[in-house]
Amino acid sequence: MQLVSKVREPLITGGKTYSDITNDICKCVEDAPNKRWLAALTASVITLAAGGYYMGDMLWNGIGKWGLNKTVQWAWDITNFVWWVGIGHAGTLISAILLLFRQKWRTSINRAAEAMTIFAVICAALWPVVHMGRPWVGIYWALPLPNTFGSLWVNFNSPLLWDVFAISTYFSVSCLFWFIGLIPDFATIRDRAITPIPRLIYGMLSLGFDGSAKTWMHYEAVSLILAGLSTPLVLSVHTIVSFDFATSVIPGWHTTIFPPYFVAGAIFSGFAMVLTLMLVTRHTYKLKDYITMEHIEMMNLIITVTGSIVGIAYITEFFIAWYSNVPYEQYCFINRMGGQYWWAYWSMMACNVISPQLFYIKKIRTSITMTFVLSIVVNIGMWFERFVIIVTSLHRDYLPSSWLYFTPTIHDIMCYVFSIGLFLTLFLMFAKFFPVVNMAEVKAILKSSNPSVYKGRMTIKNEHVPEKDRVLEKEYI
Amino acid sequence: MEKNRHFLVGIFNDEDILIDAVKKIRAKGITIHEVYTPYPVHHLEDHLGYKRSWMPKAAFMFGLTGTICAIVMQTYMLGIDWPMIIGGKSYIAIPDFVPVSFEMTVLFASFGMAFTFFFVRNLLPHRVPIIFDRRASDDKHVMAIDLAANSFSESEIRKVLQEVQAEEIYRKDLTEEELKGNFITYLVDLFTNGVTSSSRKLN
Repeated sequence: MQLVSKVREPLITGGKTYSDITNDICKCVEDAPNKRWLAALTASVITLAAGGYYMGDMLWNGIGKWGLNKTVQWAWDITNFVWWVGIGHAGTLISAILLLFRQKWRTSINRAAEAMTIFAVICAALWPVVHMGRPWVGIYWALPLPNTFGSLWVNFNSPLLWDVFAISTYFSVSCLFWFIGLIPDFATIRDRAITPIPRLIYGMLSLGFDGSAKTWMHYEAVSLILAGLSTPLVLSVHTIVSFDFATSVIPGWHTTIFPPYFVAGAIFSGFAMVLTLMLVTRHTYKLKDYITMEHIEMMNLIITVTGSIVGIAYITEFFIAWYSNVPYEQYCFINRMGGQYWWAYWSMMACNVISPQLFYIKKIRTSITMTFVLSIVVNIGMWFERFVIIVTSLHRDYLPSSWLYFTPTIHDIMCYVFSIGLFLTLFLMFAKFFPVVNMAEVKAILKSSNPSVYKGRMTIKNEHVPEKDRVLEKEYI
Repeated sequence: MEKNRHFLVGIFNDEDILIDAVKKIRAKGITIHEVYTPYPVHHLEDHLGYKRSWMPKAAFMFGLTGTICAIVMQTYMLGIDWPMIIGGKSYIAIPDFVPVSFEMTVLFASFGMAFTFFFVRNLLPHRVPIIFDRRASDDKHVMAIDLAANSFSESEIRKVLQEVQAEEIYRKDLTEEELKGNFITYLVDLFTNGVTSSSRKLN
């Protein structure tokens, strides 16, 4: 039995019925690709190819092609890595943490958000691999194998190795969670197929799912446990990513605030990316009844909260640097604000701390255009945050004689463009061939949204339904 | 012995009518073969009398295996096989082993549980499901009652289904072949006869 609050907006608008949901979502998969999708795919494949040329050149000639120097040995590569991993976190947050909190509004956005997670983690994993210079050996060096095949093992004391375990676990568990969520929807597409090939392919993907009560019972338990496991997992992943910095002794990195600050930043940028993608998908696929203004507003509120947490973290860092009385720490933070990279610092502050505060104004957080613009601004800000942390801390070394300034080369820029191209291409493929909204879960919450499908439930006496709304049993028969 | 099985299929429009129907039908002593729903209907399994899912237990056992594997692996590698002083820490630096142990716990628990689920419910790419009504994955709740499993006659069960507001009732006979669901037979049939049963309407 579901309790329906009169205060809350319906989650699905437009008076949709169960078969409307099936028709609306399956249509995106079954129809021939439209021109807009083809144009978007062409653009992203061109981006991918252009970036791919420079990425290939970089791999062939080595990472000397990047603008790194002997003082700034980590720059765009790790910035991009942390940025992409952070973006990935929103998907798991929506699908796992909001599931545990029984937030029903997540059902229409969780599928696309989870897909985004997986593609963002693929883009993230790219960077540690390519930044090793020789990725073909780098891939197995990170595994717990005897180093150089003697008996010297990988170092389990290193946060970089924890990262290997964290990211690979996160990626595989996210894929599993996503796939399990897709099984019932694949079964729906299989049952609607009118030609043998889709029926065969979606049938195989659905693993012969039949929707029997016993399968659903186990399925629900599996989803809940996976959500329960993913929740600490997602928090651990960005915590471990922050350990890459926090366990070192570089001023500006050696901070205990890093784990919560990174996790909040990850959710912040992830929600912004979900909004960027969902607003486009919503418009293209006409999903206005599924992703309503209520959803957009909820996500904007989360952006405001996490943006404020990030803002407090920035201020706390300054306070701790002053309070610690360590001159190196103090110099590092003053240098961040007013040194050679002042422009990066102030871009970060403007985009991350000031811009999300605009969402306090109801008109702005319920405006599609403003939400779209600000979601992009937030992601630019979050990229700068990682850049500021990484580069400003490194570019002032222990010896003033080795102080250098980092300037990106075309290879830095185009390798980043490559990862964006990869992300967009994967997302577009997903949006065409997979159902973008979790049909089974949306159907499960429909009763609280549509009075016409609600009718049946009132035939059974329920003390939670007000007397005047109850329909008598004989009336229904 | 006859290998074909005869079912009476009841189609329900609403989950609450369905739950009410399940209660009433079971109270009459009729055995329900299975109920197929387009989305998980809460507490349906309780009313059908199924035992609670034991997937959490499977997850716990796999998770425990993961933790033990991770601790044994790290202790063996850094503590026994090639002890090395790293950063002035002891060979077996337990706090440093926590992140990897946690990740492996999650990895083993998730995959172990998911594959147990696939195995228990026989979910495999080549599985051919027995589908009573294709609308079960769209908007209808489908109840199948095995006539051989009940002492009631077909007309009696039909009457009960009518009483509990099933909007459509029909008889479905499944041959032995259909029940077994061979993938090769299914493939051959799919590509020779095409998609036969009620698919979506063409525009």
